[in-house]
Amino acid sequence: MLRLVPLLLFALTACATHPPRPTAPDASAAAGPVHERVLANGLKVIVKEDHRAPVVVSQIWYKVGSSYEHDGITGISHVLEHMMFKGTKRHPGGEFSHIVAENGGRENAFTGRDYTAYFQTLAKDRLAISFELEADRMRGLLLDPEEFAKEVQVVMEERRMRTEDNPQALTGEHFQAVAYLTSPYHWPIIGWMNDLEHLTVDDLRAWYDMWYRPNNATVVVVGDVDPEEVFALAEKYYGPLKAAPIPEVKPRREAAQRGERRVTVRAPARLPYVIMGWKAPALGRADADWEPYAMEVLAAVLDGGLSARLETELVRARRIAASIGTGYDLYTPRREVLTIAGTPAPGHSVDDLVAAVEAQIERLKTEPVASHELARVKAQVVAGKVYERDSMFYQAMQIGMMETLGYGWRVLDEYLERIEAVTPEQIQAVARKYLVRERRTVAVLEPQSTARTGDAR
Amino acid sequence: MIARILALVLALAAAPALAIPEIQHWTTGNGARVYFVHAPELPLVDVQIAFDAGSARDGDRHGLALLTNGLLAEGAGEWNADAIAARFEGVGAAFGNDAGRDMATVGLRSLTDTTKLEQAVATLEAIVERPTFPVDAFERERSRLLVAIERRAQDPGAQADLAFYRALYGDHPYAHPPGGEKATVAALTRDDLIAFYRRFYVARNAVVAIVGALDRKEAEALAERLTDQLPSGEPAPPLPPVPDLESGREVRIDFPSTQAHVLMGQPGVYRGDPDYFPLFVGNQILGGAALVSRIFDEVREKRGLAYSAYSYFRPMRRRGPFTAGLQTRNEQAGQALEVLRETIARFVAEGPTEAELAAAKANLVGGFPLRIDTNKKILGYVTMIGFYGMPLDYLQRFTERVQAVTLEEVRDAFTRRLHPDRMVTVVVGRSEE
Repeated sequence: MLRLVPLLLFALTACATHPPRPTAPDASAAAGPVHERVLANGLKVIVKEDHRAPVVVSQIWYKVGSSYEHDGITGISHVLEHMMFKGTKRHPGGEFSHIVAENGGRENAFTGRDYTAYFQTLAKDRLAISFELEADRMRGLLLDPEEFAKEVQVVMEERRMRTEDNPQALTGEHFQAVAYLTSPYHWPIIGWMNDLEHLTVDDLRAWYDMWYRPNNATVVVVGDVDPEEVFALAEKYYGPLKAAPIPEVKPRREAAQRGERRVTVRAPARLPYVIMGWKAPALGRADADWEPYAMEVLAAVLDGGLSARLETELVRARRIAASIGTGYDLYTPRREVLTIAGTPAPGHSVDDLVAAVEAQIERLKTEPVASHELARVKAQVVAGKVYERDSMFYQAMQIGMMETLGYGWRVLDEYLERIEAVTPEQIQAVARKYLVRERRTVAVLEPQSTARTGDAR
Repeated sequence: MIARILALVLALAAAPALAIPEIQHWTTGNGARVYFVHAPELPLVDVQIAFDAGSARDGDRHGLALLTNGLLAEGAGEWNADAIAARFEGVGAAFGNDAGRDMATVGLRSLTDTTKLEQAVATLEAIVERPTFPVDAFERERSRLLVAIERRAQDPGAQADLAFYRALYGDHPYAHPPGGEKATVAALTRDDLIAFYRRFYVARNAVVAIVGALDRKEAEALAERLTDQLPSGEPAPPLPPVPDLESGREVRIDFPSTQAHVLMGQPGVYRGDPDYFPLFVGNQILGGAALVSRIFDEVREKRGLAYSAYSYFRPMRRRGPFTAGLQTRNEQAGQALEVLRETIARFVAEGPTEAELAAAKANLVGGFPLRIDTNKKILGYVTMIGFYGMPLDYLQRFTERVQAVTLEEVRDAFTRRLHPDRMVTVVVGRSEE
């Protein structure tokens, strides 16, 4: 549960980022004044004051990501994110990053299935630099063909590093493609390699013109700032940008699943790995609003820490799993799935692990969750609300994501109350309704020899 | 371009007031060193105990330090692993532990609410002072460590890292990975762990770092409580110095990956090294700064050869590695390696330009507030300062020491300390034939 950050691709980090642990603290908004304004051109600006350090986080979120794409151009949103660092008329070449660096800033960007976001963290008096640069590249990007030719190679290297040479990630990609046949969640955020090989700079230009508009963006500022000053700065830099009609995206809902799906991935590896996933609706798409929250608590009962069921029973007591984790995100408009993925312990097969997980699911259906388990989940949520206030970046991230996904940041304030309201009967009900074989997809990694010596001494 | 950058920089030269955390330091009754920062803004506390009990203390039992550290929360006092996990998570506390080459840590983040904090601290206290190393948990965790070693073996980047440290450190205790190797881990016994714990988890080998909404008295009581039942013991003996590489060395490992992982380097700096600041600032220019370094520019921006291309110095108790690295598809590994090599050699030979040095300093000085803008980050600094015995005003003096670095110092330090003709090079990927 409580994993707000789904799969992201960071454009520019020097090292691969680790996926957030399933036990990451919670997803609710911290207390603190939030101010909101919409400029005449449609740009939404949200400011949250946090005066603990003389620092400001500035993020701009665009409503575009891999789920906005279609066949043949998969990965284009992420490639465009890379190209956003390659210069404008006003700030050519890599000047953007040099200016941020010389002002002591940190920056990066990330692309998800439903959003693309850019951020800078700076000393609080340098917010104008972020606004000037972001406003400039919202409409002034050069998209130079030679720069594109190099950068798309960089993205292919990124894909090799993250996916091609990572057997678990490769299995995840196949899981996703089989679980989603007709929805745009079928393809990976980074795109299929063959699509990357055939992208053109003209494709990018069209994509940029379609989505990079003030009325398709949200600016989020968290830090030691005065909201009125931020709004004035936003007006100054973003105000002159012109709105334009934003294309309507067809819903492309996933066709109903009619029976279990299985896929096998054979790749150089040493350890087997299995992903099981059940279609389970996210907030706003369920038959009742309490269902996704019940599913969130269910996920935490299974895997909300070392005292949760999967660690306690499958890893420690029965030693069937060497490692195991649960994924569910109630804030995803279309990737509606609860996953359990793991590696069997030595002496056990993937089938053993699958059977043990099935028994855990069965137990959720037949036996009400104990009160001490619910109390533990609640205590973690309460503490998480305090812990998250240690990070301005995380607070900005939550606000930006909720706005861009269409939930609105206020949904974060409901989180604690909705989680507290979940009953054992509701957990049983969602388990019975959604965690059924007809809704299940299973992906299995079958290790092929890595044909080498090296470490196994 | 430069003119516009300068205009933007100069317009904002006046830095906002920054409260740099004051570190309070004392020693507990039995000799544990305590480092405390009072951070009253949020009702939470972070505490971390760092023992000089990393894998450099393994001897020939590689994996011993990590497994010992990992077993602490598997049974302590009257509680088993289930009870320990439930006691932390039932009050929303987050327990963490880890062991690297120098340091082994146990830590806790908790709300300061009295009842909750009491339950979390009582549990941590038992973990540190009264671990029981249950036989079944020992066997399970040893088996899981063996699985982790298998996972490492299917990761080309991890393989490159292993080979790099081995080639760099030879017989030095930094050479082997904290996770150990199959044979050494399989041979570990519960008695090994207990002996290791008794030797190294002692008060005079411990540093307690605390950041949070406690007052001094509460912090003193907390530190005392977490360590008072530990024997005073002895600090770990000094580690042997890291010898220079006598010659360059190239290690190639055949691996069925689409990319080659390339690492280059040599022994670098230790904590407190007099060359640290010139090397640190200089490396920002060479390959340390995100997105704007020479290595990033040559490898990625100009040629599109890799997603990630970087260099860094990792200061450790003894000389940690200087590492430069990238990943690129197998066919162009030779070209990328050549670019990396030339970029380093040229930087060592010529040094940075004045403009580059000014830009790097502006970045480090202007970005200093970002280094200490969360309790988590402050805890990291406090632990480092305490563990390595750095001056208590390290943070206060950080920007001034960066500012003081001259072009000549950077050039001089790089010439003396980096030897492009005597580096270890590791390439893991499909061999060219």
